[in-house]
Amino acid sequence: MAAEKKADLVLLDFWVSPFGQRCRIAMAEKGLDFEYREEDLANKSDLLLRSNPVHKKIPVLLHAGRPVCESLVILSYLDEAFPDTPQLLPPLSAAGAGAADAAYARARARFWADYIDKKLYDCGSRLWKLKGEPQAQARAEMVEILRTLEAELGDRDFFGGGGGRLGFVDVALVPFTSWFYSYERYGGFSVEEACPKLAAWARRCGEIDSVAKHLHSPEKVYDFIGVLKKKYGIE
Amino acid sequence: MAGDDELKLLGMWTSAFVLRVRFVLNLKSLPYEFVEEDLGDKSALLLASNPVHKTVPVLLHAGRPVNESQVILQYLDEVWPNLPPVLPSDPYERAVARFWAAYVDDKVRLAWLGILFRSKTEEERAEAVAQADAALETLEGALRECSGGKPFFGGDSIGFVDVVLGGYLGWFTAIRKLIGRRLIDPARTPALAAWEDRFRATEAAKGVLPDDADKMLEFRQTAIALGASKTITL
Repeated sequence: MAAEKKADLVLLDFWVSPFGQRCRIAMAEKGLDFEYREEDLANKSDLLLRSNPVHKKIPVLLHAGRPVCESLVILSYLDEAFPDTPQLLPPLSAAGAGAADAAYARARARFWADYIDKKLYDCGSRLWKLKGEPQAQARAEMVEILRTLEAELGDRDFFGGGGGRLGFVDVALVPFTSWFYSYERYGGFSVEEACPKLAAWARRCGEIDSVAKHLHSPEKVYDFIGVLKKKYGIE
Repeated sequence: MAGDDELKLLGMWTSAFVLRVRFVLNLKSLPYEFVEEDLGDKSALLLASNPVHKTVPVLLHAGRPVNESQVILQYLDEVWPNLPPVLPSDPYERAVARFWAAYVDDKVRLAWLGILFRSKTEEERAEAVAQADAALETLEGALRECSGGKPFFGGDSIGFVDVVLGGYLGWFTAIRKLIGRRLIDPARTPALAAWEDRFRATEAAKGVLPDDADKMLEFRQTAIALGASKTITL
């Protein structure tokens, strides 16, 4: 049976990338074995350049040699290509739910994953790149973003979704929890104070195997940002 | 059975993001009420339905809001799976379609914003046009790849990428007037130019795709005056 589970999956990735981590966690949740290949972003492999000629970015998932690019596209693909694995999105054929209800829950999950993509990484980058007023602006925005996400979470344990505990939005967001410490240090705020429920959600996720296995420590992420700053000549 | 509950679409007649939803509603022959939103005076319903972004399109289905145009398109496919689907059924082909749709809303969108709303000088505008040209050349390749020689990205009939890109054609008419040539240039991107002609002629596009360049350019002036280019989908 183990052999049947072995799909031909290769992930081209970069260790600290939250977008890559989404894919790693999703495959772990689904019990899918995959080969992880670390890319040197200063010296991209031929395989990466051939597989994602348009953007030349990671992550790229190769399934039986065919590339899937863009992390959220990869998450949807994993659900659809492996329908017998725990689903990230609430399934359409959920027992008892009308088609419209299930579709609505899926639309909601996609909306919030899109929100995370539109807002979080860019705002975080501004926090560590900028100073003075623009940085203060970025901090205010970051707190707003996190509070908005917390409001969507409500009193639930997880944003939820399919059959497992972690749903589409949880997987989309959880890699960024390793960046919270850096956001706090650069932004001068506390996630625990600003949005305690989201902080609790982050801790809860951290106890799940697939997450614990694939996230890096906040300190490591902080050090990585320090290296980036030196590289770009940012004080 | 789904379909008995009312559909209401909050939008603007010019918006590429709204138009793609209308194409799909037409494709699926789904009746809906269209509510034209005023950029300068957004309705209470819009603000309540999309508090996070405060943008159009918003699809209300039996009163429940669905936001973000590509999310709406997938919702329509899922609620009405027996009407012509916009996404293909094969998971890999769906991933390819989603990839190109994301590309359009990244590169084409940025260039369009640049050409019409963010360029302050002729040079900046020319640069934005060059960006559009580059993106459209990439899409020329994508069209050949996705269509396999058939008329549309979706094959024999229009699909996800067709409606996502097709929504911009209204503004492309205005851009043509502004820059003195078709943005999708038959000399540079012949397949895409032929695709544009075919798309404009589809039943789904007829009646909703704007073709009055002057009217759109007038709308653009109003939008610029409102300082709207950063905050709303046009």
